[in-house]
Amino acid sequence: MGNNKKELLAFVACIAFYAVVQGLLMLDVIGPFWELNLILICINVILAVSLNLINGFTGQFSIGHAGFMAVGAYLGAVLTVKLQLPFIVAILGGAAAAGFLGFIIGLPTLRLDGDYLAIATLGLGEIIRITILNIPYVGGASGFMGIPRYSNFTWVFIATVFTVFFIRNFINSTHGRACISIRENQIAAEAMGIDTTKYKVMAFTIGAAFAGIAGTLFSHYFYIAHPASFTFMKSFDILTIVVLGGLGSISGSITAAILLTFVSAALASYPEWRMIIYSLMLIVLMLYRPQGLFGNKEISLKIFGRLMGGNKRGNTQGN
Amino acid sequence: MDFSVTQQFLQQLINGISLGSIYALIALGYTMVYGIIKLINFAHGDIYMVGAYVAFFATTTLKLSFLPALVVSMVVAAIVGMTIERLAYRPLRKAPRIAILITAIGVSLLLEYGGMLLVTPQPRTFPALFESQVYNFGNIVVNSQQVIILAISVVLMIILTFVVQRTKIGKAMRAVSFDTDAARLMGIDVDRVISITFAIGSALAAAAGMLVGVYYNSIDPLMGIMPGLKAFVAAVLGGIGVIPGAMLGGIIMGVIEAMVSGFISSTFRDAAAFAILIIILLFKPSGLLGKNVREKV
Repeated sequence: MGNNKKELLAFVACIAFYAVVQGLLMLDVIGPFWELNLILICINVILAVSLNLINGFTGQFSIGHAGFMAVGAYLGAVLTVKLQLPFIVAILGGAAAAGFLGFIIGLPTLRLDGDYLAIATLGLGEIIRITILNIPYVGGASGFMGIPRYSNFTWVFIATVFTVFFIRNFINSTHGRACISIRENQIAAEAMGIDTTKYKVMAFTIGAAFAGIAGTLFSHYFYIAHPASFTFMKSFDILTIVVLGGLGSISGSITAAILLTFVSAALASYPEWRMIIYSLMLIVLMLYRPQGLFGNKEISLKIFGRLMGGNKRGNTQGN
Repeated sequence: MDFSVTQQFLQQLINGISLGSIYALIALGYTMVYGIIKLINFAHGDIYMVGAYVAFFATTTLKLSFLPALVVSMVVAAIVGMTIERLAYRPLRKAPRIAILITAIGVSLLLEYGGMLLVTPQPRTFPALFESQVYNFGNIVVNSQQVIILAISVVLMIILTFVVQRTKIGKAMRAVSFDTDAARLMGIDVDRVISITFAIGSALAAAAGMLVGVYYNSIDPLMGIMPGLKAFVAAVLGGIGVIPGAMLGGIIMGVIEAMVSGFISSTFRDAAAFAILIIILLFKPSGLLGKNVREKV
């Protein structure tokens, strides 16, 4: 019905957007600097939307996303470089490995809540990174070098659209509703017969898997996977995007990812200011607009739907 | 060389205790703040960095000797801590916990990168304030810095225990931590107590920062991240909100870390800290000395 029509429109809009950008890339209108930023925007969208599923929709405050990204980056690289497998296998492998790790980690840690979960996920992200750092097979402290550049705009864009559609549909499904109910009130959700552990782990696993995809795309664009790229500062970067866009707003995450990637591109020659602006933004946002740019989900969706008329990717129809 | 395992064990134990007493000093601030407003003050590790830098400038630019520099650095850090609380945390007293946690992360990043901008990212050499003496007991080496670290830490902890247990403000702190609303009804100025808690915690962190500067001779704007996280782990290990727990947790943490770097590999040192955290959280979330409190609906 109306939903299907909107879905189709969004799909057509994505293809049109892709065609235009790809055309501009082929005609060299978009130079390498902006191509890099386009790729980064897409990777950041994947990371932010997947973290939003955990932090924003399920309400489980995780700050270890960079760890899952690292798993995807390294495993993907092992699959393409050491085992000579095609890129799609690497992407799927990276997603599977990160998702599996997310499942293993999520099962025990998601019993914790609030601050404790935050610090535990931060710790786990660091443990993942330090473990990778100590595996000579993947280059240890000097990083995994010589990764072919398989990522291009096509791959990254398809992955981004897939992520956004997948997570949006997940949110609108029974499972997604269960996740939102956990965010709203865990005890009430439990009383309504929702298996809270199951849904928390599910959201965590899905989020981790998409972070893995982002990691694989990342390492196959930059030729290298280095442990220093996946510290908890990277997790904070992703968190900034999610919080700025609004916890629980996919369209917000996409907008914030675009905005912040441009901000860091603009500040490329003043790298020391980037984190200061990020940190001030976090503080000021929390003080004056704790719900982020797009605010809480319902309002943001209505406004977004009204403004865009349902023809932009990432648009979630109002309920 | 008959450098036996026992001797290495004892040597690492001594290194671990002096390192651990620094963690304990930082952990005290975490635990006190958490005990009162249930906030993981991510910026606490950076206050420790601020303390180290203030001490650095006090000893180099102002040419102060050890104890005056220590006092200056503690006072400045206390003011910084109170300012942060006033500007960033107090407006969010009624906000959701996550909002204030994100603010704390923001403050932490701001101090780190603001620090980089102000004092440059290059590590600085902390001046040697003492004739470094080395005492040998058999094959076990103890240097004078380790003795000073331990002595200062113990003195500060005794003062803190006295303040918390014997003074009026300490009583108010305990009351607020026990039940904020009831304390307010009893006429305690809760905001003031919270402010003072931040001041005390920050001053202790600054002392730790200066002691680390003396011990490792090197400070940089990002020095607070890892010790901050580890001190938090120490606070959780001892039972967050419990003051003796933070002291015990800090010492245990330091010893474990020294053992891991002595017997396994120093690259796994940081991983060990987080592994302990996760094990503690999973099996005894209330920590070693904590009481088991069931969250009410």
